[in-house]
Amino acid sequence: MQTFSEQLPIVLHSLNIGFLQTLKLFFVTLIGALPLGLLISLGTGSKITPLRITLKIFIWIIRGTPLMIQLLIIYYFPGLVLKNAIWGGDEAGRFAASAVAFIINYACYFSEIFRGGISSIPIGQDEAGLVLGMSKSQIFFKVKLLQMIKRIVPPMSNEILTLVKDTSLARIIALQEVIWAGQAFMKGSQGISGAIWPLFFTAIYYLICNGLLTLLLGGLEKKLEYFR
Amino acid sequence: MGILNVEHIVKSFDKTEVLKDICFSMEESEVLSIIGSSGSGKTTLLRCLNFLERPDKGIIKVNDNIVFDGNDKSYLKESVIRKNRMHFGMVFQSFNLFPQYTAIENVMLARRLQAEKLPDFKAKKKEILEEIRSEAEFLIAQMGLTERKDNYPHQLSGGQCQRVAIARALAMKPDILCFDEPTSALDPELTGEVLRVIKELAETRMTMIIVTHEMAFARDVADKVIFMDNGYVLESGTSDEVFNHPKEDRTKQFLGRFNNG
Repeated sequence: MQTFSEQLPIVLHSLNIGFLQTLKLFFVTLIGALPLGLLISLGTGSKITPLRITLKIFIWIIRGTPLMIQLLIIYYFPGLVLKNAIWGGDEAGRFAASAVAFIINYACYFSEIFRGGISSIPIGQDEAGLVLGMSKSQIFFKVKLLQMIKRIVPPMSNEILTLVKDTSLARIIALQEVIWAGQAFMKGSQGISGAIWPLFFTAIYYLICNGLLTLLLGGLEKKLEYFR
Repeated sequence: MGILNVEHIVKSFDKTEVLKDICFSMEESEVLSIIGSSGSGKTTLLRCLNFLERPDKGIIKVNDNIVFDGNDKSYLKESVIRKNRMHFGMVFQSFNLFPQYTAIENVMLARRLQAEKLPDFKAKKKEILEEIRSEAEFLIAQMGLTERKDNYPHQLSGGQCQRVAIARALAMKPDILCFDEPTSALDPELTGEVLRVIKELAETRMTMIIVTHEMAFARDVADKVIFMDNGYVLESGTSDEVFNHPKEDRTKQFLGRFNNG
């Protein structure tokens, strides 16, 4: 039987590797879902009715069902129903499936936040830009975008903190993120079994990560306080 | 003949006809005031000139060149509208300054974006930007805001904001500067400072159209006055004709409130 001080480095090493996967999923989701969410929000504001309605229904489905189901469907559907296991059975395949599910899911949530941000900017901003001869894209990028970002930082911060914790859902398709790594020591791994304390340690990883993000996003909010 | 000719402009929103056969013209360096009760179509008329609204019918000419013809769809093209719109500057009731830019940046922004599209921008970047800045500084000084030029809109009073908005419109060098109730969002004290700079602009021979509820100001500053009622130009003439010798009963009734009050 190993002592705690002998077990600790083994556990931390595993958790570090798991948390790296957690962070990877977090950042990939963010990088994919932010622009995709912006596109979807522009689409839901489009004058093309079929596009608008399709996107509204899509958002309703994605936001109305658990992310866990979406993960399971995206991972297993191609292999079990289409007889074409596009993801493969390894960790890279599980990560790719997780990333796709998370990006789609979070893009829908982000799109609603973007939409709120865009529609809260007074029409006078567009009109002022137009009478000064600006193009629609100049008005969007030079006038409205920063005002929109300022308005969406608080709701976006909420979603981003939730995303950090939601990455643990990928555990359901056995992605080897930090909770999977912690749980391994309950079942038995590297000579440690029946240990629940590594699972408590995983919580500390989330707490530290979200603490840093809270500081960062709070800083961004503060930075945008120079205008109203 | 005339810097601006507006002929038979008609504009409806859904089934409500807001402008019914509007005709008027003005000469260079003239100041035209449009008066009338709320809902008479004054603001819509101004917005049609800037193409913030598209007229349904009619013709608009600037310096004898057609900039809009209701019978010709090519005038509705975004690129054509963007070009023709630049004949007109616009000052809004609610200022509509860009909050994330300082006063002087508000004045420079559109000019800078325009300059970036020039073919020789890269080669002459420094001189071009320097010129835009010095012009903006001149306009800011003209508005009496030199000490406030690096302030953001939320740090300025309403009157100062409106003066920045006027400088911003002037920076585009419009042929005609339009004001849509420029003092309606201001208290009487701040109204005075904005009316003063408009008056100073009139003295520099700037061609202007002013939609206003400030009757005394309209009478003093305008060369020509249009009285609008229910989508029609009911009466037009010199300031003296309309204010002191109105012909129509409706005009007398409208001005009566002002003259007696």
